[in-house]
Amino acid sequence: MPIELKMPALSPTMEEGTLARWLVKEGDKVSSGDLLAEIETDKATMEFEAVDEGIVTQILVDEGTDGVKVGAVIAMIQGEDDAAPAPKAVAAPTPAPVADIPAPVVSSPVNDVPAQPKKTDLAENDRVKASPLAKRIAVNKGLDLTSVAGTGPNGRIVKADVEALSGEERRAVAPAELDRGLRAVTAAVTQTIDTDIPHEVVKLSNMRKTIARRLTESKQQVPHIYLTVDVRLDALLKLRGELNVSLESRGIKLSVNDMLIKALALTLMQVPKCNVSFAGDNMLQYNRADISVAVSVPTGLITPIIVDAANKPLSKISTEVAELAARAKDGKLQPHEYQGGTASISNMGMMGIKQFDAVINPPQAMILAVGAGEKRPYIVDDAIAIATVMSVTGSFDHRAIDGADGAMFMKVFKELVEKPLGLVA
Amino acid sequence: MSNYDLIVLGSGPGGYVAAIRAAQLGLKVAIVERENLGGICLNWGCIPTKALLRSAEIYHYMQHAGDYGLTAANISADIDAVVKRSRGVAKQLNQGVTHLMKKNKITVHMGDGKLLAANRLSVSKDGKTEELTAKNIILATGARARDLPFAPADGKRIWTYRHAMVPSEMPKKLLVIGSGAIGIEFASFYNDMGAEVTVVEMLHRIVPVEDADVSAFLEKALTKQGMNIMTGAGVESLKATASGVSASIKGKDGKVIASEFTHCIVAIGIVPNTENIGLEALGVEMDRGFLKTDANCRTNVPGLWAIGDVTAPPWLAHKASHEGVIAAETIAGGHPHAMDPKNIPGCTYCHPQVASVGLTEAKAKEAGYDVKVGNFPFLGNGKAIALGEAEGFIKTVFDAKTGELLGAHMVGAEVTELIQGYTIGKTAELVEADFMHTVFPHPTLSEMMHESVLGAYGKMLHM
Repeated sequence: MPIELKMPALSPTMEEGTLARWLVKEGDKVSSGDLLAEIETDKATMEFEAVDEGIVTQILVDEGTDGVKVGAVIAMIQGEDDAAPAPKAVAAPTPAPVADIPAPVVSSPVNDVPAQPKKTDLAENDRVKASPLAKRIAVNKGLDLTSVAGTGPNGRIVKADVEALSGEERRAVAPAELDRGLRAVTAAVTQTIDTDIPHEVVKLSNMRKTIARRLTESKQQVPHIYLTVDVRLDALLKLRGELNVSLESRGIKLSVNDMLIKALALTLMQVPKCNVSFAGDNMLQYNRADISVAVSVPTGLITPIIVDAANKPLSKISTEVAELAARAKDGKLQPHEYQGGTASISNMGMMGIKQFDAVINPPQAMILAVGAGEKRPYIVDDAIAIATVMSVTGSFDHRAIDGADGAMFMKVFKELVEKPLGLVA
Repeated sequence: MSNYDLIVLGSGPGGYVAAIRAAQLGLKVAIVERENLGGICLNWGCIPTKALLRSAEIYHYMQHAGDYGLTAANISADIDAVVKRSRGVAKQLNQGVTHLMKKNKITVHMGDGKLLAANRLSVSKDGKTEELTAKNIILATGARARDLPFAPADGKRIWTYRHAMVPSEMPKKLLVIGSGAIGIEFASFYNDMGAEVTVVEMLHRIVPVEDADVSAFLEKALTKQGMNIMTGAGVESLKATASGVSASIKGKDGKVIASEFTHCIVAIGIVPNTENIGLEALGVEMDRGFLKTDANCRTNVPGLWAIGDVTAPPWLAHKASHEGVIAAETIAGGHPHAMDPKNIPGCTYCHPQVASVGLTEAKAKEAGYDVKVGNFPFLGNGKAIALGEAEGFIKTVFDAKTGELLGAHMVGAEVTELIQGYTIGKTAELVEADFMHTVFPHPTLSEMMHESVLGAYGKMLHM
């Protein structure tokens, strides 16, 4: 069955865009995850990935066309199950009108890019058409160049292409540029495993690839320091109960996590040395606390963001979390809703996990891992009493944050939770 | 009324090259010029100054003939003859451009061009006006010398580069204001020709866009040649008198001293030629007086393009020419590669010469690079010693992480002819290993380029 390929909305405000460049041509076989085209919006150039498998039978919008409306059909794909249709007579690809330019100086066609990514390892880079500098950077960063489209003379891969790939300029570019990094599969991941054990091969989703890449990056590049405190929850639970009574009429029910999000944000504002991003020779000191909330979804994990959580009432945080989590589970979050954030929170209390260490989500510099609130013997006034206590571990990027600052952070957080009226003040 | 695919306004090294490239690609092209084909570069800039400097150089060698075991007696300089030679060189090249226009079937309209619309302009000469239309127009009107606000050039005592190129008499005591490429070249020329030269630079070092090591070396070398260099200094007032100019100069120490000179050259920068060409009515976007363009030289007005000194820096002839090619190929429907400003070399033809490409060491560090620096002196090069030019050095700056050549900085004999080697390397994105693997011919000055790279990685051989 032919599938209509429609102009995608690459940002929430996008209404139309420019079809900057086709990365496939008619007759090409594409599979899920392959790059089909480059689309320019008013903000950035982004890549459009295939979702379906099949053969591109027809390209309906020429590259370079401006003002293509979101939802307009731009190409047709013949599904793989169908009897392969006789390939349509391939229309002469619009040649550059100056095809006869010998162009010794600067001109060269930019269309001869390898559109089909090949599975290969880093050794293949030697045979890739790339500048020595591009190859060097690729080796340093463990990047596979075989699927990179070069923009240099005669499709040569140049430094700019590799940097775009490695997301080195991620602070300066649009968030969607980050996803170019999806193509950067680290050397460690591209190995094949030979085994006799009965198994099935499960193709990685893009989300899984992103998780793999980002967590590997984090653990390889970010020196983590872990600081754990026990926090007494009784006062917070009491306050939550009282608040929920008064919020019931509005149909809002605060969770402990909603309150911890607010506590985390307030702590970040009070200990600004922990609300940072390490960036080479600089550090970004954020003036706002945007909290990424880890949400488990069937395909993996995603972190929708509560923007400026320190200045939002608990009721608002609660409704936002519920709404974002629901859309996350449906896979309907927009990139700006999950890319960014200044710190993260991951809560495994509902699974009964007592305590754990979370992996920092770069370029953020800290993440809070929240364990289960449980009744424990607790010393109150030199006597053993029973209290509801949870263990919380902060993971900090030690390049940016000193141990003492991290400790101060945990102390402030503990005080805020144990004397929780600060959360509603 | 004639109709063209492309009209180029201005025939300097940007404009005439754009016209040739467009004509080669089959476009019907016209070029409009108000004065001389070839523009400032060929008639009043790059080329005639090199002719002057060559005379100064030979004069210098003759004065030092003894260093080479030769005797030269009764040496003297005839400034009129030197200028005449320079004008002859300019004329020859001007005719060369005329020939190139004819060969490429480019129609030349002499006169003042003015945009009437994005695709229409008028050319006026001697009271007659004709109108031309074109699908595309490239603005390549260039720039001119910036005047001191309190003492505009009069051509008699207070000169711009243009007056300095055709002196009616040899200045005895010369004040040069500004130590960029133009200021330093004229200072060097007149110093070699025997004038007593003072250079005043507002910033704390001369040739301030160059690497700090180059500035320091050049200042020392020029001072040794007898030049008086005042950095961190400013000219407070300047007045032409019957016999010369009187200037009060505020020195580094804040003290103002009054000095008398016979002549003064003002070289404090350039002003783009954007007036009276009809830009205002079209709403062409500018940035600090210069035309704003994209990577392919488009202005914000469709069909209207701009290249060279009338656009963003660097204001160099070779940058203009390269933009001319990019604009012409884009107009013809091609996809030329954008130019990387970090790969545009710069040359200053003082004595010793200065040449550079890419980032200075300080700029590289500022940009966050962890750098490896190599520096090889002329004193360690056989050819330099044989030439009697053992003064200077070649410095290279690499990114320690990737081996990328971030910048190269040279001062010494003939370095302006050497810098292209590093420029090719940078453009092709070679890394340190490629430079190391290259076999440099012996005996040449270029061997120092090799040694400098080796030095950056602790492998220098001859020092």
